[in-house]
Amino acid sequence: MVPRAEFESYYGRPVIKAPAWAARDIAGYFFLGGLAGAGSVLAAGAHLTGRTTTATAMKVSSLAAVSLSAAALVHDLGRPGRFANMLRVCKPTSPMSVGSWLLAVYGPCAGGAAFCALTRRLPRVGATATGAAALSGPAVAAYTAVLAADTAVPAWHDAHRELPYVFSASAAAAASGMALVLAPPRESAPARYAAALAAVGEMTAMTAAERRLGMVAETYREGRAGALLRAARVLTVTGAAGAAGAALFGGRGRRAGRGGRAGRGGPGARIASAGTGRWITAGSGALLLAGSACTRFGIFAAGIASAEDPVYTVAPQRAAKERAARARKSAAREHAADEDGQGPS
Amino acid sequence: MTHQPHHLLSGVEPDPARDAGHDDPPPRVGFFTDTSVCIGCKACEVACKEWNAIPEDGLSLTGMSYDNTQGLGASTWRHVAFIEQQAPPRPAPDGAPGPEGRTELPLVAGAPDDRGRQAAAGGELRWLMSSDVCKHCTHAACLDVCPTGSLFRTEFGTVVVQEDICNGCGYCVPACPYGVIEQRPSDGRAFKCTLCYDRLGAGQEPACAKACPTESIQFGPLDELRERAARRVERLHEAGVTEARLYGHDPADGVGGDGAFFLLLDEPEVYGLPPDPVVTTRDLPAMWKHAATAALALAGGFALSFTAPAVFGRGGSGAAGGRR
Repeated sequence: MVPRAEFESYYGRPVIKAPAWAARDIAGYFFLGGLAGAGSVLAAGAHLTGRTTTATAMKVSSLAAVSLSAAALVHDLGRPGRFANMLRVCKPTSPMSVGSWLLAVYGPCAGGAAFCALTRRLPRVGATATGAAALSGPAVAAYTAVLAADTAVPAWHDAHRELPYVFSASAAAAASGMALVLAPPRESAPARYAAALAAVGEMTAMTAAERRLGMVAETYREGRAGALLRAARVLTVTGAAGAAGAALFGGRGRRAGRGGRAGRGGPGARIASAGTGRWITAGSGALLLAGSACTRFGIFAAGIASAEDPVYTVAPQRAAKERAARARKSAAREHAADEDGQGPS
Repeated sequence: MTHQPHHLLSGVEPDPARDAGHDDPPPRVGFFTDTSVCIGCKACEVACKEWNAIPEDGLSLTGMSYDNTQGLGASTWRHVAFIEQQAPPRPAPDGAPGPEGRTELPLVAGAPDDRGRQAAAGGELRWLMSSDVCKHCTHAACLDVCPTGSLFRTEFGTVVVQEDICNGCGYCVPACPYGVIEQRPSDGRAFKCTLCYDRLGAGQEPACAKACPTESIQFGPLDELRERAARRVERLHEAGVTEARLYGHDPADGVGGDGAFFLLLDEPEVYGLPPDPVVTTRDLPAMWKHAATAALALAGGFALSFTAPAVFGRGGSGAAGGRR
């Protein structure tokens, strides 16, 4: 870690400018976009495996989430009336341009899938829309990490390798949480597995990100961001554990009910009533949703904190400069040594 | 380093205007701001505000030396920084003129030496002044990330916002490694220095350079400015000003060199400049790769979650956490 005493700045003013984005709009969009995108994958899986209630619920959830996302994004524009300018060009160098086009493709697919599921009309169109939403959904969930990382904000940019995994895992946690809240217990087994996978994935990716960030990782541990991210860890782990526990002691005891598969009737299953299991499951789902929201708001807050304190811009850049200078020096030494070695022959 | 393939997002880029699609562009122009002759008069700030009709953005007393402007922003496109510090101790060359232009005679041995005392305390108090401006980067992150195409590369190799297209998404603001561009709160859109695009089109130099009384702000073709800057820094070194260094002049740096570069007398961060800025889009290909992998992992994770109950459910042996 770089000691703060050696660090100089211009009257302590930040070097870079923090985004003027409102946390509610943009961190809220990270959460809702993830919920929508990952939810569409879950909906398609449920659709394919005949878990119709879950499929419909997740299609509606994704449509609601993506609609709110679009509203949040337009609301955050300095000139909301000009939101259509987002589709004026298509620029792969701009994650926001890519995201706008992704949402323009994904939104109608999510809408079509939800509409056909609710009205039970045009089943083939519905299936196609469900498939298309499931294909574009993961991109919607993952690209927001690039949106944040493709800035000069140290806490976001320096974690650009890990952030997509954090965001995808957090999106999966949110979507499986929503499924656990909405789906009937006999259909919720995949969401429980997904919740466990998502929790493990998110914890792993977050740990890797903090290790990579070095001194900038302070912004993930201190202040508002630190509180949010600690809450996120507790909520996500408890939610995933609760979902698994409810399956062991409650939900699975009442038989899976699909295709005559036997449930895991253990002693625990007889103790806990079906109703309790249902409530534990739904509660775990709510914890997972809250955990995902805390992760996104926490990472957003860490970014703002890292932009507002010049030390997080200056110290890592100074260190990079010194590393480069050392590398150049040793390369020059080696070069000189090589030439000496070749001299006599 | 020299064997790297031509990369449009980072590295050496000899002709940004041509790469942006301008056929036969005029030579790239820019600013060389020599802070060693800046007197802190702020004529550049005033001329810029006047010419570009930029609104007032706060009248406050900051206590930051003579700097009440505070920094570049949506409505401040030139900003003069004032730093009060101890100068590095420097022995005067033999026979060199003293501070007031007088030739100083050697002092009697053992007499109290004013200069010696100051040197022991870390040198005289000095005032650094520097007029900051948009760097018009060779690899401009603001331009790269702009989703509407509002920010564009002019034929002069500069970077300009088209006010009639900007929708105020604010993405350029955190993308800039120098903290230059900003959204104007009253307006919502992003604004920054245009290097007086209108004046350039009419064959005029930018307003700030025109107004600068000491030629601290020099405008011209970038190649010429870089040569002039190299000579100036050499002369300062010969005169004993060893702390003089160029900033933003190197086409091999993290932003491919700045269109507006500086001669500084201390570390960049002392002036509020980043010591080693890198265009964020240099890492964009890696980011997209990781995002694609993460998206696939997301889809794969759900596929696994749907097959797992079928596999473990049948045998009745699976627990939710059993297959981790």
